[in-house]
Amino acid sequence: MATVKFEAQDIELAEGESVLECLERSGHPIPNSCRSGVCHSCLMRATAGELPPAAQKGLKETHRAQGYFLSCCCYPDTDLSAVRVDADSMRIGARVLHKEALNERVLRVVLEAKEPLDYFPGQFVNFARADGLVRSFSLASVPALDDNLEFHVALVPGGKMSGWLHHEASPGDDLELMGPLGNCFYVAGNSEQPLLLLGTGTGLAPLYGIARDALHQGHTGAIHLFHGALVAADRYLVDALSALARDHANFSYHPCVRDEAGSEWVQAEVDAHALAMIPNLKGWKVYLCGNPTLVRQVQRKAFLAGASMQDIYADAFLPAGG
Amino acid sequence: MSGLYEAIGGEPAVNAAVDIFYRHVLSDDRIAHFFDGVDMERQAQKQKAFLTMAFGGPHNYTGLDMRKGHAHLVKQGLNDSHFDAVVEHLSTTLSELNVDQDHIDQVVAIAESTREDVLGRSAEPDEAAQV
Repeated sequence: MATVKFEAQDIELAEGESVLECLERSGHPIPNSCRSGVCHSCLMRATAGELPPAAQKGLKETHRAQGYFLSCCCYPDTDLSAVRVDADSMRIGARVLHKEALNERVLRVVLEAKEPLDYFPGQFVNFARADGLVRSFSLASVPALDDNLEFHVALVPGGKMSGWLHHEASPGDDLELMGPLGNCFYVAGNSEQPLLLLGTGTGLAPLYGIARDALHQGHTGAIHLFHGALVAADRYLVDALSALARDHANFSYHPCVRDEAGSEWVQAEVDAHALAMIPNLKGWKVYLCGNPTLVRQVQRKAFLAGASMQDIYADAFLPAGG
Repeated sequence: MSGLYEAIGGEPAVNAAVDIFYRHVLSDDRIAHFFDGVDMERQAQKQKAFLTMAFGGPHNYTGLDMRKGHAHLVKQGLNDSHFDAVVEHLSTTLSELNVDQDHIDQVVAIAESTREDVLGRSAEPDEAAQV
């Protein structure tokens, strides 16, 4: 079995164990969240040894060259020396500016970054609290339109970061941000292509950013935003999205509520309603955000409905593990 | 074999074929369930690597990779009928892209050469006897 050399210790990897699991087992907690190679919270750097390609999947070329790797996806065959990533070089400071309830469960959190964050609306960043807690949140703001960074935070039962943001954090509190990350964003250059934006819960955050970004960049093709909720009270940004639809003839907002009838929404499963309205997605660009099961199902349905694989952007909000 | 790859149209042809091929595969009830719950983007990359190989293009697949990569599916019952279905979709895809029959036959022959590895069987009778 291979050995992980970490902080002057040699720790033998158990069968089928990732570097992250190995270090946790031996009393070295490494910041982490999704444990699936998506959020990049568990980034480490190898100083010696050979990294399996899967451990560097999705990292920037410059980071790969420097030996950065994702400890949750790293299953080395040979000995590896690993160090914690120097926090300061990868993170930027931010401060809570503003909190506001968007509905009973979703909080708008506005942060001011202490140095400019270069991002595309729809990407996500990791919030890192001073005690090491890390969680991912999608950007709902648009750099060209908004001075600060906007996030939508759903209160997760037992959620450490969401609980803290909802109940304790107050303007002036400090956080660190890592990122931005993710490929789910609008790319200019094909302004007539129709766009399908579909999400559940706070999957609306990236979609709201993407829609406003596309409209701001002069997108002329149809943009259909479908937001799925179980009950009417789960909807949010209803006024803002309705106003956006009034102001832009090519933008339409389709709230879907599964378990309640009402005149302001369609009572339906969001994916069923979207695909009934748009049965042929050939030539469309598709953005899917939120519940991971739904995102994966709709990704497949959208592909079978004619969307090209390259035109489907899926951002599954994975629950934080461990 | 690089002659075949170029004759079919190289990487652009592979890119054109991936969506068509993958859509055929996922629409086929005989085999679609093997793809339940897989990461579609990762799977599309694998399809692309497979098509590149089948088109006679550059690849670094080995028989062992094929065995390892499909072992969990063999446990779920992957057999010759499923392999036949995939080859059928490969052939249909190429027809739709107007590839001529001679080249289609060559692609099918390359795909066929992976059958024993994909299905986790040995081509060597004496090795098979050990199983």
